[in-house]
Amino acid sequence: MLSKKNKEALFNPLSKDNPILVQILGICSSLAVTASLEPAIVMGISVIAVLAFSNVIISFLRKTIPTNIRIIVQLVVIAALVIIVQQILVAYNYDVSKKLSVFIGLIITNCIIMGRLEAFAMHNRPWPSFLDGVGNGLGYTIILVIVAFFRELLGSGTLFGFKVIPQWCYDHGYMDNGLMILPPMALITLGCIIWYHRAHNKELQED
Amino acid sequence: MEELNLFIKSIFIDNMIFAYFLGMCSFLAVGLAVTFMLVVTVPINYMLNKYVLQEGALTWLDPSLAGVDLSFLGLILFIAVIASATQLVEMAVEKFSPSLYASLGIFLPLIAVNCAILGAALFMQQRDFSSAWTATVYGAGSGIGWLLAIVGIAAIREKIAYSDIPKPLRGVGIAFIITGLMGIAFMSFLGIRLG
Repeated sequence: MLSKKNKEALFNPLSKDNPILVQILGICSSLAVTASLEPAIVMGISVIAVLAFSNVIISFLRKTIPTNIRIIVQLVVIAALVIIVQQILVAYNYDVSKKLSVFIGLIITNCIIMGRLEAFAMHNRPWPSFLDGVGNGLGYTIILVIVAFFRELLGSGTLFGFKVIPQWCYDHGYMDNGLMILPPMALITLGCIIWYHRAHNKELQED
Repeated sequence: MEELNLFIKSIFIDNMIFAYFLGMCSFLAVGLAVTFMLVVTVPINYMLNKYVLQEGALTWLDPSLAGVDLSFLGLILFIAVIASATQLVEMAVEKFSPSLYASLGIFLPLIAVNCAILGAALFMQQRDFSSAWTATVYGAGSGIGWLLAIVGIAAIREKIAYSDIPKPLRGVGIAFIITGLMGIAFMSFLGIRLG
C-alpha cells in the first residue's frame, strides 16, 4: 500500500517539495481566494479532488495518449473534472461558489495540475499517481490556509467569520488592517512564508 | 577625450540593462503574444457565450431550443478556443521569426494555460458586456495591462540581482514581495474614470 516511494509521493509535497513554496506552481489562484479561510479551504479541497482524479485518469491513459496531442487530452480531462466540481459547488454551497467566482474555472489553468500530470502521472502507475495528486493538493491547501489565516485575522479580525479579536482591543484603539484584504498582500504574505520556509530548509536557498 | 567620455557614459550612465532594459525582449514578446491572444479569444468566446451557451441563446437556430442552457460547457469550450488560438500563434511565430521562437521555447505553448487568458474569458462572461466590440476592447486593455506589469517586474528583478538580500529571501521570495508592492502601486489607478 504505502511503500517508501509512495510515501515520498504523498508526504514530500507537504514541505520539502511544496508545489507553491518550492515548485512555484499555481500562484495566481492563491491570491484571490485567501482573503478569508472558508473559500480558501473549499478551493483547496476542489484542487485536491481535481488533481488526484486527473492524475489517476491520465495515469490510466498514459500509454494510449499520443505525445503530440497530450496537452489537449490533459486539458480536456482537467476541464471535465473542474466542471463536475463547479456544478457540485453551485448545488451544495452556493454562497462560497459565488465568492470563488471565476477561480474555480481557473483551476483548469492552475499549473500545479498540468505540472503534476506532465511530471508524474505520465510515467507512473495509477495508485502512486493518486497519492502524488493528494499530496500536492494538500501541500497547496496548507499554504492557502496559512495565508488565509493571517489575512483574515489581521484584515478583518475574524476566523471562519467568527470574531476572535476581543472588543476591548477595538475600544483601546486597535484597528483591522484593511490592506490585508487586498490581493497584493497575499503575495507579500506568501513572500514572507517562503522566507521563513527557506530559513529552515537551507538546501532550498539560492546562492 | 570624446571617446573616453562615451566609454564611461556607456558603462555607467547609458547602461544597457539599467537604462534601456535590453535583453528583455522576450518578456515583451510574451506580453505582445498574450495581448494578441486576448484580443482574438475574448470576442470569439463572447460570441460563443452569447449565441451558443447562455440560456435561450440557441433561439436563432430554432425557437424550440429557448429553454436549453449550455453554460456549464463554458469552461471546456473556452479552453478549446484558447488552446487552438495558441497553436496558431505558435505556428505564426515559428514561420516569421524563428529566432524569437527559439528564445521563447516552452513559454509560448504555455500561454494556453496562462490564467490571464482564461480569466479574461470568464470575467467577460460574468460582466455581461453589451457587444463583441466592448469585449474586444476589454481583451486588448487587459493584455496591455499585463504587458506593463510583466515588463515592470522584469525590470526590477534585473536590478535586484545586484542587491544584498537576506539569503532565504533570494529568488522567488523577494520576487513575490516586489510583485505585491507593484500590485499596491497599481492600485493607485483605482477610481480613475475618463469622460
